[in-house]
Amino acid sequence: MKDVWRRILAVVTREFIAIWADRRTRAILIVPPVMQLLVFSYAATFEVSDVALAVLNQDGGTESRALVAAFTASPAFAPVARLQSEREIAPVIDSAMAKAVLHVGPTFGADLAAGRQAAVQLIVDGRHSNTALVALGYAGEIVGAFSAAQAKPGSLQPPRLVVRAWFNPNLSSRWFIVPALVAILTLVITTVIAALSVARERELGTFEQLLMTPLRPLELLIGKTMPALIIGYIEGLGIAGTAVWVFGIPFRGSVAVLAVALAVFLLSIIGIGLMVSALARTQQQAITGAFAFLMPAVILSGFATPVANMPKAIQALTLINPLRYMLVILRGLFLQDAPWELVAANLWPMAIIGLVTGSAATWLFRRRVA
Amino acid sequence: MTPAGAEAIPIATVVIDGIVKRFHGPAGAVVALDGVSGAMAAGVITGLAGPDGAGKTTLIRVIAGLLLPDAGHVSVMGLDPSQDGAALGAVVGYMPQRFGLYEDLTVGENLTLYADLRDVAPAVRPDRFSELLALSGLAAFTGRPAGKLSGGMKQKLGLACTLLGDPKVLLLDEPGVGVDPVSRRELWAMVEGLAGRGLAILWSTAYLDEAARCDRVLLLDGGRVLDDGPPDAFVRTLVGRSFRVAMGDGDRRRIARRAAEAPGVIDTWIQGRSLRLVTAKGAPPPTAESLGTDASPVPMAPRYEDAYIARLLEHRDGMVPAPAAPVVASVAVNGPAIETRDLSRSFGSFKAVDGVTFQVGPGEIFGLLGPNGAGKSTTFKMLCGLLPPTSGTARVAGFDMMTARADARARLGYMAQAFAQPSSLTVRQNLAFNASVYGLDRREGARRIAEAIGDFGLVAHVDTPSGQLPLGLQRRLSLACAILHRPRILFLDEPTSGVDPIARREFWRRIDVMAESGVTVLVTSHFMDEAEYCDRLGVIYRGRLIALGDPDAIKHQHADGDDATLEDAFVAMIATYDREHAA
Amino acid sequence: MNPRRLSGFARKEWRQMLRDPSSIVVAFVLPAVLLFLFGFGVSLDLRDVPVAVVVERPTPESMGFFHAMAASKYLTPIAIVDRRMAEEALRMRQVQGIVVIGETFSGQILTGQAARVQLIVDGTDANSARLIEGYVQGVWNTWAAQLARERLGAGAVRDAVAIDLRARVWFNPAVNSRYFLVPGLIAIVMTLIGALLTALVVAREWERGTMEALLTTRLTRGEFLVGKIAPYFLLGMGGMAAAVTLSVTVFGVPFRGSVWLLILCSAVFMLVMLGIGLLISTVARNQFVASIAALLVTMLPAVMLSGFLFDIASMPGWVQVITHAIAARYFVAILQTLFLVGDVWAVIGPNLLALGAMAVLFLGLTVLRTRRRLE
Repeated sequence: MKDVWRRILAVVTREFIAIWADRRTRAILIVPPVMQLLVFSYAATFEVSDVALAVLNQDGGTESRALVAAFTASPAFAPVARLQSEREIAPVIDSAMAKAVLHVGPTFGADLAAGRQAAVQLIVDGRHSNTALVALGYAGEIVGAFSAAQAKPGSLQPPRLVVRAWFNPNLSSRWFIVPALVAILTLVITTVIAALSVARERELGTFEQLLMTPLRPLELLIGKTMPALIIGYIEGLGIAGTAVWVFGIPFRGSVAVLAVALAVFLLSIIGIGLMVSALARTQQQAITGAFAFLMPAVILSGFATPVANMPKAIQALTLINPLRYMLVILRGLFLQDAPWELVAANLWPMAIIGLVTGSAATWLFRRRVA
Repeated sequence: MTPAGAEAIPIATVVIDGIVKRFHGPAGAVVALDGVSGAMAAGVITGLAGPDGAGKTTLIRVIAGLLLPDAGHVSVMGLDPSQDGAALGAVVGYMPQRFGLYEDLTVGENLTLYADLRDVAPAVRPDRFSELLALSGLAAFTGRPAGKLSGGMKQKLGLACTLLGDPKVLLLDEPGVGVDPVSRRELWAMVEGLAGRGLAILWSTAYLDEAARCDRVLLLDGGRVLDDGPPDAFVRTLVGRSFRVAMGDGDRRRIARRAAEAPGVIDTWIQGRSLRLVTAKGAPPPTAESLGTDASPVPMAPRYEDAYIARLLEHRDGMVPAPAAPVVASVAVNGPAIETRDLSRSFGSFKAVDGVTFQVGPGEIFGLLGPNGAGKSTTFKMLCGLLPPTSGTARVAGFDMMTARADARARLGYMAQAFAQPSSLTVRQNLAFNASVYGLDRREGARRIAEAIGDFGLVAHVDTPSGQLPLGLQRRLSLACAILHRPRILFLDEPTSGVDPIARREFWRRIDVMAESGVTVLVTSHFMDEAEYCDRLGVIYRGRLIALGDPDAIKHQHADGDDATLEDAFVAMIATYDREHAA
Repeated sequence: MNPRRLSGFARKEWRQMLRDPSSIVVAFVLPAVLLFLFGFGVSLDLRDVPVAVVVERPTPESMGFFHAMAASKYLTPIAIVDRRMAEEALRMRQVQGIVVIGETFSGQILTGQAARVQLIVDGTDANSARLIEGYVQGVWNTWAAQLARERLGAGAVRDAVAIDLRARVWFNPAVNSRYFLVPGLIAIVMTLIGALLTALVVAREWERGTMEALLTTRLTRGEFLVGKIAPYFLLGMGGMAAAVTLSVTVFGVPFRGSVWLLILCSAVFMLVMLGIGLLISTVARNQFVASIAALLVTMLPAVMLSGFLFDIASMPGWVQVITHAIAARYFVAILQTLFLVGDVWAVIGPNLLALGAMAVLFLGLTVLRTRRRLE
């Protein structure tokens, strides 16, 4: 038994040196995650602000100017143009100069004064559907508030809807994206390391030499797994720390649960990486293979778009994606102090996936080694 | 500097004058060529010889216009390669080390591509193609992807592609590496024919027997010209310093080792049952007493290699390092160390190895020879347990390689064909990895690593990443790793391919010492003189073992005359086999 | 430029491309997977969102609001009696929001007091939360107006909804996210083929040792580059044509611009991608480094910083500045306009100009970096 551990330790040490001493591999471990962390944290936002707004105010009275001011004062909109006639609406929208046009008709003030219902029109560019939807929501809120303020004092109060967001009171996109990065970036790095581990040896011709040693296939497999696990672990915890200390995202759950979940998650994806590695003949193929797994895994994880939005058949497909479960756990741990049942419900599917991919990798490995 | 013997060249097609080339690496500038001058003439094969790292490839690239010299001047048919790149393409044909072929294109497509790129008019193509296909013997393979050709065929195709533009100057960079003797002979025939048609040919080589066949040889070492002239003249400098001693059936390795230490002897080489000797300049002829042999040394005609070794040793002012104390195998072996019985392996309907049976006794050095693609590597892989046989058995140290692989592996050492240690690991880290994997405990491991570092002369390099070591040192490290656990059996797959002759000698001295202490060695090689070093040989061809026996016996059985080399025997034996099985 | 050398070299490149499994994967399999996933799988539009509704005292008013929610295609209300159970369901992600209709709700409405209904949304997915909020708000507005009409008379209607916001979404009236994702995806597909594949092609010649042989033939630098570009240009345009056809036929995205303009813009974008790919390949001389660099320099920005998925206008100022260096940004703008709006020169002109400038820059740099020597 002592020999077994010594042999495994030897493979782990060798693996670490090989990864760290090679400038290219080292660069791949450091540069992409840092770049991705920056880009994802700042650019990946569905929040909408400063929607370019053109205003066509044909009324000119106090009320209409107050309504326009309510729009331009809102952080959601940024005024870019004042239009003079309805003919100008189409060009500013078509040319994407403005993404929305607020059109106040000539009778607006008069209607309000007469107690009639006054109408305003909002035209939104539908090219970016998400921006359009969110801008519409903001406009509704602004008009609603303005409308309520117009109500005469002492009259009957209309019923009101009071909204509160739990876990993320300001509905910050960053709170949504950054905790997920703990899993996404770790996934990328771990898969690439695992996928390259055997492919590198095979391409450089060192694999046969390794196979001629008394190392048993399982020892080799464990030795190859450990570095990916350890690096993934350090990187995952590092990103979690960055999320808390740099981006100011709360961590409300238990660190111990995070530690366990991260380990289970890593084991489930290392299995996949090793399968790719066992099949690939060159590093190039390993990278392509890893990429072919990573892309759908990220898209179908609920990282940027909710799994619930997907068609049923594709939702079923996401059930075999370990990232899907890990994202629920991470967002739960960061933002809500997730209940144990929620964690457990997402932990066991990852464990099963890990068991399956691990066994498959072992089988492939033995087959390729023998 | 005027090249020695330049006046003997009738028309110098290529003139190289005082070329200096430096490369700027992380450790500062490295001088690859240091004032190299020489010439190539039409109709002449000019050899470019020298050890690994001598600057051969750099010089060829300077002539081809791919590198700019830092000083000096090259003229190729009146053109300056550093200025007239485009015009040069019309007169120079250059075949780089990997032949410049597209492996995913077929033979025909490669030819068409190079015909397009070398401006061969469509009208003359059919004739030109059929001529070149006939010359290279590839007419039957035009539809086959170049990647699926054997090494020898690739080489001939590479040469054919190079010849398409009707070049006047042909630059061939180590065309003979990794190619079996039969293919090399065919290539020689092709190139000699071309020289006959008036081409100026530069043939760079690490094989000294090839250099000896050239009309002139430019010998480089460390970026400087050691010799420039006909090989005969070079060899003649050694007349009276080459000897042969018969060793009979005695302990050849002990005799050889004692002779190597005799005063005045600078080089020894075992050739079957005799021993070749080269003495130092001015040293008295050796005698049976001075060598400690039974038979008296007989003077003989020097070979190119003798002169080469002597010149290199003089130039470097050194000698072949003496190997360290014998490494003693841990346990003696009873019965055959390696034994195969009816070993066969098929890939689909193709029988790569067909019923190979042989035994190797303890302490024996056994050579496995054969042309590329003949089944030698497959046999070797099965012996290593890397490939399961279709039928038959392979037993190593008494263990069946399919069922008790891990047990057998703990007892054998393996040195792969290419340098197969992770290049980022340092020398010490590589040794430490092997110590742990082979289950040496910490103290014993540390002791043996320290020993290996001393024995193999790696002290100055312990913390160098192994990928940055020169080739010779890499092979030394590989061997040190392979024997760290004191294996009883050693598998060496082309251990000296691409290694310079001095490093090769040193390498074989070590193998000698180990064999003496009872280690069994199984080796594959394309070097025929290395094959003669072995106790016994097995020749594999078309998947079958077509010859088995000691080198002298094989030589006498298959080739006539006392001067016949093992290579002659090898080529003859294959021709005979083909003739007998063609019917 | 000698036509025979050029066509011979380009033909070789084409053959190699078709015989390399990895180029088949990158050129055909990955784009198909991407189109499938984005066309069918990824959607920013919520439907049937489960929302717990806690009705503390069932009354006609509270049940009326419940049924109004049930009628919405966006929401699926689930009646839960106990508020704590609803909160538990929210924590377990079984529902995405809770609507609490208090005990005094009906009474307050009937007596004209300000009746309040509380909506709690799960903020972990901020974007969905915002959309759910909008949906519930929409249902609420309609229901409140109707209630006011029915119960309180015309005067109250005026007070309740004094201003009517009539919103209209042009080009994409149903606000279908597929309409905006799929055109942008064409830019991603062309980036894959253009930059990722070509990033390997020069590096491969160096790695396999064929570059040396090429350099000593009569092939000129111009022939070499054009020969490398032409096959991948064709492949990229083919990929574009296939993706556009799929978008229009299978995914039903309207195409309102002109085809010749689409071809022109795609061609210029393809040249930019080929320029970047070749430049990376020429500098890296190593397939592994080249592929990673291509992923980082072209793919990642094309997905994240092009406006394909995330709106550039909502990014921080310094990120917006960076997006100007991303070619995909200009092409995505052109594609979204050509598909959904039409030939709007005010959009296409400046963006096409920017692409043209980038094509000249990167191809020019590649020409400068391509040497006829080994150093």
